Amino acid sequence: MTAEKKAKCSTGLTGNIAVAYAMKQINPDVVAAYPITPSTTVVEEFSSYVADGAVTTELITVESEHSAMSACIGAAAAGARVMTATSSQGLALMWEMLYIASGMRLPIVMTCVNRALSAPLNIHCDHSDSMGARDSGWIQLYSETVQEAYDNVVQAVRIAEHGNLLLPVMVCLDGFITSHSIENLCVFDDDTVKGFIGEYKLNQPSLLDVEHPTSYGAVALPDSYIESRRQLAEAMINAKDVITDVAKEYEKVSGRHYGLMERYMMDDADAAIVIMSSAAGTTKVAVDEMRKRGLKVGLLKPRVFRPFPYIEIADALKNIKSVAVLDRADSYSSFGGPLFTEIRSSLYELDKRPKIISRIFGLGGREYGVQDAVKIFEELLKIKETGKVDKLYNYITVRE
Amino acid sequence: MMKRGWKETPIRGIILEAGSSHDYATGGWRKIKPVLDSAKCIDCMLCWVFCPDSAVIVENGKMLGFDLEHCKGCGICAEECPDKVKAITMLAEEEEEEIA
Repeated sequence: MTAEKKAKCSTGLTGNIAVAYAMKQINPDVVAAYPITPSTTVVEEFSSYVADGAVTTELITVESEHSAMSACIGAAAAGARVMTATSSQGLALMWEMLYIASGMRLPIVMTCVNRALSAPLNIHCDHSDSMGARDSGWIQLYSETVQEAYDNVVQAVRIAEHGNLLLPVMVCLDGFITSHSIENLCVFDDDTVKGFIGEYKLNQPSLLDVEHPTSYGAVALPDSYIESRRQLAEAMINAKDVITDVAKEYEKVSGRHYGLMERYMMDDADAAIVIMSSAAGTTKVAVDEMRKRGLKVGLLKPRVFRPFPYIEIADALKNIKSVAVLDRADSYSSFGGPLFTEIRSSLYELDKRPKIISRIFGLGGREYGVQDAVKIFEELLKIKETGKVDKLYNYITVRE
Repeated sequence: MMKRGWKETPIRGIILEAGSSHDYATGGWRKIKPVLDSAKCIDCMLCWVFCPDSAVIVENGKMLGFDLEHCKGCGICAEECPDKVKAITMLAEEEEEEIA
């Protein structure tokens, strides 16, 4: 590694500034956005790049997130490479348009800085916003660190624009915890990013192609709607391999490994916590502490939630005796969190299934500490001994 | 019209040819239909101007009648037909066309 490249590996940036920096290097044709905490500084920083002429992007400042996503959709249908960022209520206000972006197969890349939904009003982290959008046909990648947020944004462009997919991608990072904390990370030089993402070309006549007039967003009644949605499902089925391939290519240029999930001390583990994003880092510390005590515990951190890699997840958990799935969102089903229900379902095909529990944690930015993870591990080891689950679904990090 | 399977359907739900809405008959939505009394009609073209479905058939400056494959029966033509003329009557679908 050259000295210059080494220097770039000690860049200290917050999650949001790292995302904005990745966007600068990507230099999208259009960014349409509306500010909302905690994603605001992504676009704030990016607008400085626009003002300074560091990018050639058309920045569209709109009057709401519904309009932001609408403008992104129009621009993407016209053949532009398009990005945006939002959080929480902003994502909620985009709801109608999210389905249109995926249904029209527009490869928009959006950073979702995860934040709780009202009520009560709260600006801090949980995953209620993006988890609610899980059925909207968007690919979802979750980032543990600032480095992962940066890396996911760069990879997201390639994933979204892949000819077999043409799907919008949501890159999630934890509000304030990751978005506003400075971490050391490696950033590429601009040419490396440019080379990695390549040129984007719409593979069909665009809205602006007057030689080949086409209708976008037409009505599709019972005689054709389901064919369109079946295509969307097929693209999502294809997405797993594309995400894996892009990650392999990314590893070649970055030296950093990505996959559908990260397995931490899982090979001989009896008990495991499944958890996403920044809380995985906290849990790794707890795993290390438990391991020092001679206890065989591990961590599974899904990176890709949509598509849901159910085969790989079942494979990663098949030899575990007891599993806790920690969701930073509830689906208010009285059964378990959104990650829990899908993981439990993934295990159904196994001949010998682990015991599994759902624990909701950290809503609205409530602190999740090493001791919280240690307590879960202790509960899991007890479940392993007794074979009994007292409570399938419960909250932790809550005052009783 | 040919019914394509999902693998052959163009993605994005886009329509690759222009003017294809003409192939989509919307007349089946109609409850009441416009009926023209040619004897009264003065070919002023107000109905043609106002018809939201381009369902008024005009040739060489003459009002010939209605494209019932696309007319949805909104009655705007009958409303806009000048008071002194009133050449268009809205009839229930099942009623006979006595005037015409």
